[in-house]
Amino acid sequence: MRRIGKVMKIAVTSTGKESASAMDARFGRTRWFMVADAETGAWEAHANEQNMNAVQGAGIQAAQLLVNLGVEAVITGHVGPKAFRTLKAAGVSIYLSEAATVEEALRLFRENRLSRVDQADVEGHWS
Amino acid sequence: MMDRPLKIAVASGKGGTGKTTVAVSLALTAAATGKTVQYLDCDVEEPNGHIFLKPQIHSRFPATVRLPEVIEKKCNGCGVCADICAYNAIAVVKEKVLIFPELCRGCGACSLFCPQGALVEISRPVGTVEIGAGAGVAFIRGVLSIGQIMSPAVIAAVKDAAGDQEITLLDCPPGTSCPVIEAVRDADAVLLVTEPTPFGLHDLTLAVEMTRALEKPFCVVLNRFDLGDDKTVAYCREENIPIVLSIADDRRIAETYARGEILIEALPSYAPVFTDAWERIWTWCIGRMPEKEVPAPANRERTATS
Ligand code: SF4
Ligand code: SF4
Repeated sequence: MRRIGKVMKIAVTSTGKESASAMDARFGRTRWFMVADAETGAWEAHANEQNMNAVQGAGIQAAQLLVNLGVEAVITGHVGPKAFRTLKAAGVSIYLSEAATVEEALRLFRENRLSRVDQADVEGHWS
Repeated sequence: MMDRPLKIAVASGKGGTGKTTVAVSLALTAAATGKTVQYLDCDVEEPNGHIFLKPQIHSRFPATVRLPEVIEKKCNGCGVCADICAYNAIAVVKEKVLIFPELCRGCGACSLFCPQGALVEISRPVGTVEIGAGAGVAFIRGVLSIGQIMSPAVIAAVKDAAGDQEITLLDCPPGTSCPVIEAVRDADAVLLVTEPTPFGLHDLTLAVEMTRALEKPFCVVLNRFDLGDDKTVAYCREENIPIVLSIADDRRIAETYARGEILIEALPSYAPVFTDAWERIWTWCIGRMPEKEVPAPANRERTATS
């Protein structure tokens, strides 16, 4: 796989652990993160189980998980303000997509057909 | 009758059901029976009880929350604080510490465990508590500062400032989210004010779920009972929820409200309606108090001889 733009590692929120799995529209409470490594061309699946069931702050925790994995961009359906703030602080780019599958989302990204978001698109749940 | 202090929360699934009208008139009715009464306005985002009670405020203090703050030059980005926080209120990414005030409970664990001593707890004002008295009842209200979101902290400060009056009426925020739960949390019983419309019934069922989850005894006040359909009454009957007060759809009530007048004072014909209701509510509440907490009926002779 060729290098995807300037990005080395990109994560896609996923309902399953295959690149053919359907995308999960949620960020913090996604079931899986499928992470594509641009250098090796490999997909890696990371379960988000722990954060999925968090009472609060799921998006913050999920964002930290991705940062610790060295992810530099993420494709998801929706992102709330707290996850957004965390991802931004770490310099992770956020792209929104309604693609059916994880692979499809990555393809759209490589074809430059996804736009980067500069603000959260869903309201957080305040206290 | 027993002398145990009684705290009643007046809540509703949505705004505009007449919650404040009911709470204020009940406060005055209870006071008329010779009890000491306090009215706590916990609707801190839009408090309006003062419009009717017209209290003299004699003291005022800030409601604060304790929030951690990072001293950046001491922090090495180790991430201990983010791991220790049970509320996910801290993230550490790329050695930067992010604090999410809306999730923080002020428990202090992060500053205690930071190996570098880089976190300090700072008290921040989020609102104001005002204490006074008006129309024969003690009055306390909380006002959330503009731009703040920590309603529960202000409500907690109002409850902390409460006195030991025999009767406490808590005017709760509308809805079923965290602020309401904070207001209702240590009440002995809950009055749910509703209107018999389809929307009213929908919001009532949500409020009933919340109150049941909190394991509070509750009953219903039906406002403008002659306005909608009979589904709400049927629902209450089915669910075995007592309706302790029904108020007619009377244009004059809306007028007194608009003028900032107390219903039972402006329209004295409603006073007996509230007196009846108060007796019913009182008896009903006392009947539901946990056994062990109910003291024996005041009996001075026995106390004196034992
Ligand atoms: S525990 Fe202290 S030193 Fe470590 S990241 Fe948090 S604030 Fe910084
Ligand atoms: S004070 Fe407690 S809740 Fe707040 S950030 Fe620190 S550990 Fe988390």
